[in-house]
Amino acid sequence: MAKVIMTADDSASVRQMVSFTLKQGGYEVVEAVDGKDALQKLSSQKVDMLITDLNMPNLDGIGLIKGARGLASCRFIPIVMLTTESQDSRKQEGKAAGATGWIVKPFKPEQLMAVVKKVLG
Amino acid sequence: MDAHRQAFKEEAYELLSELETSLLELEETPDDIDLIGRVFRAMHTIKGSGSMFGFDDIASFTHEVETIFDMVRNGKLEVTKLLVNLTLAARDQIKAMLDHSEDGEAADAEATSRIIAGLRTLACGNAPAPPPSQAKAAKAAPRQMASYRIRFVPVPGIFASGSNPLHLLAELRELGSCNIVAQTSGFPTLAEMDAESCYVFWDVILTTDQGVNAIRDVFIFVEDDCELKIEQIAEHDGFGEQQEYKKLGEILLERGDISRGAMEEVLSRQKRFGELAVSQGIIPETRVQSALVEQRHIKEVRQEKQNAEAASSVRVPAERLDDLVNLVGELVTVQARLSQTATLREDAELSAIAEEVERLTCELRDSALNIRMLPIGSTFSKFKRLVRDLSGELGKEIEMTTDGAETELDKTVIEKLNDPLVHLIRNSIDHGVELPEAREAAGKPRHGTVHLAAVHSGDSVLITIADDGAGLDKEAIRAKAVERGIISAGAELSDKELFALIFAPGFSTAKKLSSVSGRGVGMDVVKRAIEALRGSIEITSVHGQGTRITVRIPLTLAIIESLLVKIGEDSFMLPLSLVDECIELTREDVARSHGRNLAHVRGRLVPYIPLRERFSIAGGSPDIEQVVITEVDGQRVGFVVDHVIGEHQTVIKSLGRAYKNVQGVSGATILGDGSVALILDIPQLVKSVEQEAEAA
Repeated sequence: MAKVIMTADDSASVRQMVSFTLKQGGYEVVEAVDGKDALQKLSSQKVDMLITDLNMPNLDGIGLIKGARGLASCRFIPIVMLTTESQDSRKQEGKAAGATGWIVKPFKPEQLMAVVKKVLG
Repeated sequence: MDAHRQAFKEEAYELLSELETSLLELEETPDDIDLIGRVFRAMHTIKGSGSMFGFDDIASFTHEVETIFDMVRNGKLEVTKLLVNLTLAARDQIKAMLDHSEDGEAADAEATSRIIAGLRTLACGNAPAPPPSQAKAAKAAPRQMASYRIRFVPVPGIFASGSNPLHLLAELRELGSCNIVAQTSGFPTLAEMDAESCYVFWDVILTTDQGVNAIRDVFIFVEDDCELKIEQIAEHDGFGEQQEYKKLGEILLERGDISRGAMEEVLSRQKRFGELAVSQGIIPETRVQSALVEQRHIKEVRQEKQNAEAASSVRVPAERLDDLVNLVGELVTVQARLSQTATLREDAELSAIAEEVERLTCELRDSALNIRMLPIGSTFSKFKRLVRDLSGELGKEIEMTTDGAETELDKTVIEKLNDPLVHLIRNSIDHGVELPEAREAAGKPRHGTVHLAAVHSGDSVLITIADDGAGLDKEAIRAKAVERGIISAGAELSDKELFALIFAPGFSTAKKLSSVSGRGVGMDVVKRAIEALRGSIEITSVHGQGTRITVRIPLTLAIIESLLVKIGEDSFMLPLSLVDECIELTREDVARSHGRNLAHVRGRLVPYIPLRERFSIAGGSPDIEQVVITEVDGQRVGFVVDHVIGEHQTVIKSLGRAYKNVQGVSGATILGDGSVALILDIPQLVKSVEQEAEAA
């Protein structure tokens, strides 16, 4: 069975790119438009990995990571955050909240796949 | 990707119009944190997505604006009219860039730099941020192979961050040759164990050319959640590779698993250190195992490296090799002299030295000749092309298969073999394999096959060219041979002799001449070329099933094993590969055969050639002569000599121009006592005797 990865991002184009790349790699993808949407979907669906942006309206990435780690089904899944090089402090915040790793934006599809492979195996 | 670019553009236009609204609102309420956040996010998204979809110019430009708004967001900069103006201008510029992104026209570069300059002035005081470096760090020069010792101790709570240490170890394995030992000594009892904690740590020995940073990158996400120790333990640069790798105790000491005092304590007791240290309970067994793995790993890597070095090669001009072989030839001659002198003097000490020199010379000769050996495979591939082209030209469907391409032959031999082999393959294609229709009619697959194989057989190489074509037509050959006057009409011939007829000069059975197989001068030329290489050629064929031609070629030309014989005071050499056996010939035997030169060998008659007569050597023959029986073209022929001396390594010297046309002698060699021995050309001798007999 294909592994399911959720991408939470308020940018439709990033969502589309992430989603497309992951599907090419043989994964199933669930999309969420912001943290709130993501958390809601996570509570009703099991995913194997979460890729989230940090800057999102309604509920940001940090909030989403904290919320997800609170869910029994998401305690040990890899969570990767999308950050920019100017957000080192945010990266630390994300790590503290329970993120597994990060991808620095901008990134190319192959970089995304490399990180997914690293944390998801 | 185009769909993605389009999606990005649509989104960007949307974001830009939203940005415009936000900026105008921001001018009214400069303190609105939400609005500032929205502007920042819009810029952030355009930058991030832009670079992902190849809009690098937009990304780097937007980065400047984003930097400013990051400062505003953090309260380091106030929203002013100038800022809003500049940002609006920047927004328009981004839109222009988007508009122009498809038609290839660059947006106004001057406006871009003007806006960037303005923004940087605004941000001044805080150093202007450098544009994001798009290019990856220049690729490092190819690194040395090196071995690293890695100890990876994750914190017990590592699983809480969603990391799986096993994935990281798998990633390490991809970097190079890797040995991993899990250290489980930290496991608590079952009652104390927390199922969600990690109690294991790992020792890894990795040999890679990727450098230490590649290893650190593997652990980049967990560097705060683990204790990571990476040490370079060996560099495989070829220096100091010979010495033994560190002893077990040294490794454990370096790793800090044992103290020097404890180690020396244990060492003082003269037993295997590892076993002792464990049995004493100084360190857990797994630590020792891990250190042993390190020892083994380095050994293996070094071994591999040595093997790899052994496989490398040097290119040397062919003349130098020829020079070397010539010198070795001279040395062999001198060595023979030394041996002979030593034997004559009956000096034990000198004999010992002579034997030593003989052994070394023999090895030197073999390795010198080996250097000249080349795999025959390169020639084979040329033939593949030939078969392909020719079969196309003739409208035949022929596949060529090869075997034994790695078989080695002397370089000169390979070169000289090329033309005869081409001829034989052409013959197989032209006369052997039938047209596809004819094959189908005969119940054979449309595709014909020509199989080319090379294999070692003693001191020669056998090259076979086999086709599954029509085979030789014995009656046609016989009829043609009679017509050409090569044989008499009633001659009784074995299959072998019959097939050998096609090597006779001027023989060709093909009804029509074609451009492929030439003018019927081919096969005798082939035979001569092969014989010039001291080789032989043989044909077997089954009508309707195919033909097999076997070429036997000696491995090398420069030095041969031969049999040294004497007639009177003169020495002669017979190539050992042709010699079958030696028998005695008494005067009674000669008398009994009534002038016919025939000897009885185990009930069979073998014709012989008295060489003393043949070469007109003066003097009488001894009472008991020797007959050296050879086999040429499947026929046994004896050569009568006075004495058989024994085997001899013969360095072939050509006879020089004056003796070029002498029949029956293929060369000469210098013997140990400095005298010259002629090397007999046995096939030619046999042939000339036969011709004379027929003429008489």
